Amino acid sequence: MTSETDAKQIADAAPRPAAGGRAASAPLLGRATEPTIFELSQPGRRSVQLLTTGVPEWPVDELVPVEHRRDVPVRLAEVSERDLVGHFTRLSHRQFSVDLGAYPLGSCTMKYNPKICDAVAVLPGLAAVHPGAPASLTQGWLSLLVELEEVLCAITGMAAATLQPAAGAAGELTGLLLMRAFHAANGEQRHRVIIPDSAHGTNPASVTLGGYEVTTVPSDERGCVDMGALREVLDTDVAGIMLTNPNTLGLFEEEIAEIAAAVHEVGGLLYYDGANLNAILGVVRPGDMGFDIVHMNLHKTFATPHGGGGPGAGPVAVSERLVDFLPGPRPVRRLGGVSEGNTFSPSEFAWVEPSRSIGRVHSWHGNALVLARALTYILVHGSDGLQRVAERAVLNANWLRVRLAGVFDVPFDRPCMHEVVLSASTLRKEHSVKALDVAKRLLEEGFHSPTVYFPLIVDEALMIEPTETESLQTLEALADALEAIVVEARSGDQSAWAAPRTTPVSRIDEARAARTLVATFDARR
Amino acid sequence: MADYLPHTDEEIAAMLAFLGLSHLDELFDSVPEALRLAGGLRFAEGAPEPDVLAHIEQLADANRARGDRLVCFAGGGAYDHEVPPVVRALAGRSEFVTSYTPYQPEVAQGVLQAVFEFQTMVARLAGLPVANASLYDGSNALVEAVNLGVAASGRRTVWVSTGVHPHWRAVLATFAAGTGHELIEIPLHEGQTVWPGDDGGPGGTPGVLVAGYPNYLGCLEDLGEARRRCDGYGAMLVATADPVAAGIVRSPGDWGADVVVGEGQPLGTGLGFGGPYLGLFACTMAQVRRLPGRLVGETVDTEGRRAYVTTLRAREQDIRREKATSNVCTNQTLMAVTAAIQLGWLGTAGLAEVALRCARGTRYLREALLELDGVSPLTGNSPVVREFALRCAVPAPVVIERMADQGFLAGLALSDLIGGDDDGSVSPDDASHGLLVAVTERRTRAELDAYVAALDKAVRG
Repeated sequence: MTSETDAKQIADAAPRPAAGGRAASAPLLGRATEPTIFELSQPGRRSVQLLTTGVPEWPVDELVPVEHRRDVPVRLAEVSERDLVGHFTRLSHRQFSVDLGAYPLGSCTMKYNPKICDAVAVLPGLAAVHPGAPASLTQGWLSLLVELEEVLCAITGMAAATLQPAAGAAGELTGLLLMRAFHAANGEQRHRVIIPDSAHGTNPASVTLGGYEVTTVPSDERGCVDMGALREVLDTDVAGIMLTNPNTLGLFEEEIAEIAAAVHEVGGLLYYDGANLNAILGVVRPGDMGFDIVHMNLHKTFATPHGGGGPGAGPVAVSERLVDFLPGPRPVRRLGGVSEGNTFSPSEFAWVEPSRSIGRVHSWHGNALVLARALTYILVHGSDGLQRVAERAVLNANWLRVRLAGVFDVPFDRPCMHEVVLSASTLRKEHSVKALDVAKRLLEEGFHSPTVYFPLIVDEALMIEPTETESLQTLEALADALEAIVVEARSGDQSAWAAPRTTPVSRIDEARAARTLVATFDARR
Repeated sequence: MADYLPHTDEEIAAMLAFLGLSHLDELFDSVPEALRLAGGLRFAEGAPEPDVLAHIEQLADANRARGDRLVCFAGGGAYDHEVPPVVRALAGRSEFVTSYTPYQPEVAQGVLQAVFEFQTMVARLAGLPVANASLYDGSNALVEAVNLGVAASGRRTVWVSTGVHPHWRAVLATFAAGTGHELIEIPLHEGQTVWPGDDGGPGGTPGVLVAGYPNYLGCLEDLGEARRRCDGYGAMLVATADPVAAGIVRSPGDWGADVVVGEGQPLGTGLGFGGPYLGLFACTMAQVRRLPGRLVGETVDTEGRRAYVTTLRAREQDIRREKATSNVCTNQTLMAVTAAIQLGWLGTAGLAEVALRCARGTRYLREALLELDGVSPLTGNSPVVREFALRCAVPAPVVIERMADQGFLAGLALSDLIGGDDDGSVSPDDASHGLLVAVTERRTRAELDAYVAALDKAVRG
């Protein structure tokens, strides 16, 4: 065995990486075009193997009446298992991911996804449980859901939550329907919901589906809701306001208490879009800011993997006066229920329909395995760890803000929260290199790009959210890469226009995709 | 103290110094003091992974209905199909798992191409030319389909067969509170929808008809009847379909459905207590610009190489905001990729074989059960292919509890699904005594025989 001293000597002697933690995934991504699985197909080839069951083998014409019988089989690819593995593995090599490198995509909180959560999601006692099994046979699941609801309420400062919404936007619409039901119960029909001009696009889309009209309020010169403009649009026709805090500029709405008072004054409700909850864990709670309805994006804040675009989970927590309206059925801990150590009384947990429920918003109980992952993440971190998460996320974003201040424009030059919004406006004006070019050029350096052109109120926006799981060395490498791109552009080098060149494909003709729509293999001309 | 944070104390000090700060607390100076959470969050401090895993394992152990303890005969949109190791291995690749929406398509060709292949497969299953990149689940796909149907027909009256899954109808009703659609539930008789006569029905001329194929009681219905009515009313036909049954039954698109939605869980996703699942959505080309959510299209890069990208983006919320066709952003992409892999594994013959085996097991079990005293048919002679409803002599919840003691998850109680006793799909008495039983290709003849023997006991007084 090596002694600690020996180990230290070895470590000291080893060459130090130039920028430890730097992602270098671009050269690893596969560059050869991969045929579709349909082009790999050979009739008669197969990989399927099914259990021997001994069930009588009636032919299909004895099982399905002719008018319902399929006359031509569904054409699918016919490949060997080896080809199947090769195809999807090669496709995976053409895909950037958090596990490959830094992914500072603003507003998406692309933090590291701990592998312990993968282990939880495949436990047979969770993964192989039918959602329609009665509560008496699923006490463990109900207990898990109740535990998650309780801890989410502690984090947000709310009274109760529904875990059904499958993503943030589903949570938004659920929240708006809660708003609607609340006002209706008070005998009121209100028509408008206020949204700041910096809001995510899902907010206005959800408002429309909730049966409301959008009233937009502008941001002031400090990047926050313009209080004067807000007071002008507030009246008793306003059902509520949807806010993200910190907002999409990465700035804390310092006047949130005044906003809450003004909205409550006219009988409106405050909806908290939890997209940016990561910034404030353990520091301040939406409930304490005056919010009535809060959605969380568990795939952002609580690190459940984003899956290439989902699944997520968008639980909605509410204040006391909205609890009776929550979607049902809700898992609840029965009063007087007995739980001793590891043994569950079969009736300790039950499904209950809230008295004035807006109804179901999911086929079953929500994205249950995502919920189990999130609980695992929360329990590992605990109350102390979640606060560290917020601190490190904000520390990282501010470090980048100061480091890049002379490199890009900083439209709102004051301390930010978990993300910083920069602008390539000057770069575009003086050197014709746009935010999009910077994003594409950065891909060549092995980083995922920041979010670009959002929020809409910032010209040539670059929205950078490093997250707390990236190291100082990675931040340095990211900043160096961004700075080098700008220096290159200022020197008259127009490489960025042609970027990316080292990625699996170069810049894509998006207009052609829309013009000559080919959305299936069969639509190829 | 447990976390995944890389910062050393020295680095934190250096970073703070770089910012001109001396303490982490100062990072939050913009948060008004009066709002700050004094004393931090009030729940347990962090625990190392093994401690947490042990706790979650305890919870998992408390689920009696897990598949390795109770043999699963429950369905209702969630089925115990084979998901082989090869599919789990590929779908679990971290490139697919830990990426996000392909906002930078040049480094997201893997997910984009897999979704393109998925769209192709779903379109073929549905018998329609185009399918989207996924929605949350079957019920939410139905909500989007009805929104599309109302927009296309210009009429808010929607006739919904009560053969549509009761939970899905409940979700439709929830969201109709916001959209203002008028939902009118149409009753079933012996498992077949009884559409109103040609003199019209309640609520004026419908803009959308919704029917299940098979319906939630497992029955195949004459969709041609619904199509003829749609033609008469100028209405859109929305069909809910099962992607495995589609291996041997006609595509709803072949019957003339304008939109086909379904629950994609049977395509490679485990039971998982109801999620994450996968909403399937396919429609005619005439409606493609009303399609909800993401759509992947094929194009080329600057060097003429084949490439994929999300397209027709002008429909979507981040571009169109309050005028978008849907508010969907994050969907169920990983489940869509999984479905593409599962369908790749099944192949043309495999999908048909799985569907056929389900139908064989269904027939074998149903015939044997109907021989028992205390068991009677609930849907007349309606054809069934992957699940069926029975009337038991004792209430179904009691049957399920008794069968659990014999090692079976016997099925779903209709009263639990309906959440009451009278929804028009079955009579109140059938609802309380109705048991919905599903048989997949994973059930052996020995299990079916043992189930029959156990149910014989369970339905006695």
